[in-house]
Amino acid sequence: MGWLRDNWLRALVHLGALAPLFFIVLDNYRYNLTANPIQEITVRTGKAGLVLLVLSLACTPLNTIFGISQAIRVRRALGLYGFMYVALHLAIFVALDYGGNLQLVGQAIVEKYYVIAGFVAFLILVPLAITSTRGWMHRLGRSWKTLHRLVYLAVPIAVLHFALLVKSLGSRPEPLIFGAIVLGLLALRLPTVRRASSALRLRLRNRSPLPSRGQVGAD
Amino acid sequence: MEKIRSSEITPEHVYLSRRRFMRLGALALGSMALAGCGGQLGDVVSQRAAGDAPRPQAADAEKAPAASEVKRDELGDPANSFETISTYNNYYEFTEDKEGVARLAANFKAEPWKVTVGGLVSNPRTYDVDDLRRNFDQEERIYRLRCVEGWSMVIPWLGFPLAKLLREVQPKAEAKYVRFESLLDPAQYPNQGPLSLYPWPYTEGLRLDEAMHDLTLMVTGLYGKPLPNSNGAPLRLAVPWKYGFKSIKAIVKIELVAEQPKTLWSTLAPHEYGFYSNVNPQRPHPRWSQATERRIGEPGRRPTLMFNGYEKQVAGLYAGMDLQANY
Repeated sequence: MGWLRDNWLRALVHLGALAPLFFIVLDNYRYNLTANPIQEITVRTGKAGLVLLVLSLACTPLNTIFGISQAIRVRRALGLYGFMYVALHLAIFVALDYGGNLQLVGQAIVEKYYVIAGFVAFLILVPLAITSTRGWMHRLGRSWKTLHRLVYLAVPIAVLHFALLVKSLGSRPEPLIFGAIVLGLLALRLPTVRRASSALRLRLRNRSPLPSRGQVGAD
Repeated sequence: MEKIRSSEITPEHVYLSRRRFMRLGALALGSMALAGCGGQLGDVVSQRAAGDAPRPQAADAEKAPAASEVKRDELGDPANSFETISTYNNYYEFTEDKEGVARLAANFKAEPWKVTVGGLVSNPRTYDVDDLRRNFDQEERIYRLRCVEGWSMVIPWLGFPLAKLLREVQPKAEAKYVRFESLLDPAQYPNQGPLSLYPWPYTEGLRLDEAMHDLTLMVTGLYGKPLPNSNGAPLRLAVPWKYGFKSIKAIVKIELVAEQPKTLWSTLAPHEYGFYSNVNPQRPHPRWSQATERRIGEPGRRPTLMFNGYEKQVAGLYAGMDLQANY
């Protein structure tokens, strides 16, 4: 029980991140993947990948701004699961949607903006996934952090990929919502925002032990 | 500087066969994994079902159609199943979710239904849909439907040529186009509510000669049965050489007009959807491949045919026209 109390967030992340895959397999056997199953699993893996990558971007601000240090411990898992779905998404596109016809895939990559964007986002994520191990962290030292900041580029491009696919953004605002969340998460990393928030937290912490005040931050 | 000798460049056939090898490898790996796993994706990959004819379940294995009974189009491809055709629909008046239409359309009131045919005609009339079914011989036409989103189906429609109806109302000499209008009824269509961003009602149009073409069908049924609500009951159009959105659903008004009418999609995104919207693999679309398509029920893609395979019948309508400019 003690383990679960300390690691509930990790357990939740592993379960939650594997759930979309579990439901794809389940719905495959229940013949529940719509009349166009290839498109259905393309959409499902793409969305799962995007959601997980956005969640991985949320970990650092959750720690720095809100002081939830547990979040840092699940950051890598979220990023890697995100990459897993992105890779599946691409594999489905190539092997099933285009039937492995690389000539057609190549044509799509140069012809369609959404394919270019998706492919670029994938290419950026590949070295990040490879160098996500502890060994690579040591080997790269300071440059590891610089390299992994590329995720700030990859995720917005992935959102752009989604936005380019939607028939009319006015009636289907989902990519805009993702875009706003990602922008917000990136803004929380700006030094000014971080300084202001840590100052605020310091003030709250210093105030809380005062015996006369029952509640923290009630003003 | 030394030049690269031509013999050092990979010969084309080696390069091509390498490419083919990679392609085969990718396809084989993915397909084997899926076909081995079975389930719905396994069926698609190994095409165990005839097209996507109803999946034989233990209980009704006897009733599954034999290969010889499967309806086919004139190119020999099997028709999609009634279930697929009636549960995978673009019908934005209900929802933008293709799988959500059938459920939302279940209680749609398709009877009684009147359609007015007027405008520049000598004999304007209002028909009850039952009259249309009675007065015009209903025939089955197995048409391909190519959606602009890059997927296609083969569909056995039931209906009658629009030309027969137009002859009855007698278009005047000034009539050059036919304008179609769908039902406007926010009480029945959840997506026609006040928050909707579409300029309802759905409208479409054809040039008069296109409308008079024998392939242009007024549809009242599917697989010999009344048209399902999700497919645009009780009356829709089928113009098989044009992208699917031209085949307007739930028609309440047909008007003969002198000027090219506005259509819903060409109003919303004029650069993407033109008035003609003929299936044309040579005219790319920013999002979806128009050079290839996925036939629902098949893995991979097949090349899209000019005019959706009806080139022989309809190319004459566009003789001398620039189809890149008039998309």
